[in-house]
Amino acid sequence: MPSSDTRHSLTRFTERMGRTVVAGVEEVGYCGALIAESLFWLFAGPRLKQPVRVNSVFVQMMEVGVRAVPIIALLGGTIGVMLAIQGVHTLRIFGAESRVVIGIALSVTREFAPLITGILVAGRSGSALAARLGTMIINQEVDALTVMGINPVRFLVVPALIALMVMVPALTFFSGLVGLFAAGLYVGADLGISMAAYVDQTIEILSTDDIMHGMGKSLIFAALIAVISVANGASVTGGAEGVGRATTRAVVQAITAIVLTDMVFAFVVTR
Amino acid sequence: MDGREQKPEKVIEVRDLVAHYGERKILDGVSMDVYGGEIMVIIGGSGSGKSTLLRHLVALEQGTSGTVKILGRDPAALDAKEALALRKKIGVAFQGGALFSSMTVGENMMLPLYEHTVLDRTTMEIMVRLKLEVVGLAGFEDLMPAELSGGMVKRAAFARAVIMDPKILFCDEPSAGLDPVIAAALDDLLLRMREAMGMTIIVVTHELESAFRIADRITVLDQGRILLTGTTEELRETKSERIQNLLQRRTQEEIVDPEEYLERLMGERLGERALL
Repeated sequence: MPSSDTRHSLTRFTERMGRTVVAGVEEVGYCGALIAESLFWLFAGPRLKQPVRVNSVFVQMMEVGVRAVPIIALLGGTIGVMLAIQGVHTLRIFGAESRVVIGIALSVTREFAPLITGILVAGRSGSALAARLGTMIINQEVDALTVMGINPVRFLVVPALIALMVMVPALTFFSGLVGLFAAGLYVGADLGISMAAYVDQTIEILSTDDIMHGMGKSLIFAALIAVISVANGASVTGGAEGVGRATTRAVVQAITAIVLTDMVFAFVVTR
Repeated sequence: MDGREQKPEKVIEVRDLVAHYGERKILDGVSMDVYGGEIMVIIGGSGSGKSTLLRHLVALEQGTSGTVKILGRDPAALDAKEALALRKKIGVAFQGGALFSSMTVGENMMLPLYEHTVLDRTTMEIMVRLKLEVVGLAGFEDLMPAELSGGMVKRAAFARAVIMDPKILFCDEPSAGLDPVIAAALDDLLLRMREAMGMTIIVVTHELESAFRIADRITVLDQGRILLTGTTEELRETKSERIQNLLQRRTQEEIVDPEEYLERLMGERLGERALL
């Protein structure tokens, strides 16, 4: 008996592994198809007399971007000050406090602005997108769109995707500016460097390459947030509880994907 | 009525439709015809496959085998443009209304017009008011769906479904969850809409009373198979025990296969024991 039991638990484990892998591959495939379909509607929509509505893109941009400005400013500023405090503390060991400006400028622009913005937008707009789509599926609103001859990807997904692709880099840029400025205030007060000198030094250190590094990453993050949120929202089953589950999963997956991609991107680009 | 019988034009033609949900067979060789101008009611208990059948009739899903033809065309074989043209000719009122919760009633109704026509806004607004007038919701166009009662949501869903003047209107459980008076009023509304717009109406319901009130013909679906399609009289006079049970609301004796029953109770254990 025991041998047959182990055999069964082994087959069951293998089976479960297999199912998980297949489901994962399926999800990645779905995300790829989603991007392809979005691009199709974006470019072929006008010719089919079914364009993506500029109006709904702006509504989304307002929601994803403009409404996030205050919280992005707060987080960006806090990260800037935090980096300044840690930087000054660390460099004091070597008596090189004045070099802190280099560290701040590079880490905010290349790393912290895109990362913090990505995580915030994933939590704020990714969850909203997943929840909205999930609720619409439960209420058969997506079916209603389909039978009306309105493609749900064109009507719901593409505006959100465009809004994210435009607004996440814009928010990243803004967050970087606020972060650098806030760090400048702290460094100025602590080390007695004038704001003008701080700005001069920062501009001198930062190259186009550093800025593009941050912007490029934020563009990828935007696409990740959109696709992961839509995939999770679209897979909702099981009523309100299902919507909650999908929303949580969307945020967790999006943030994980952002952090992992960040590392891979940094590795590939800086080497 | 006589005119229809002289020249029956098939608007829906289903042949040997088989559909699965996962590994479970939901529809098992369904064949049915719906003729222009009639009200066809599909009845069946829960789990009979009637909602699935409706999803296939409105081309939301495609079967494992068999064909569905809507207005003579197979939606599976159409390209995007032809599919859209076909979609414009059908209207669907979903069970829960499926109104877009972020839009007002008026905007909900205007959406198909806005997406598929080049009418100016004033014309669209007039069309919206016209249809709201028909369903008795005049003056409600600025309310949000959440502010409507259950019966009003269904009416608004009807109004949105017919905004493009479809040839076929599909209704999923129009009277489910409503009190008898409001349900009867909705039945009258369906009859009136058929009168006014001359469309074919296909209703899926489990409410027998409502079915007999509005139907020209009734299709009885049970466990994925069609038991009978016929007029209300034919249905009442049928000898089929299964249908009579359904009509008399008697519970059905499940046919039990002892081996299968044992297997269900034992779960996987039985299979394992047999292997050893």
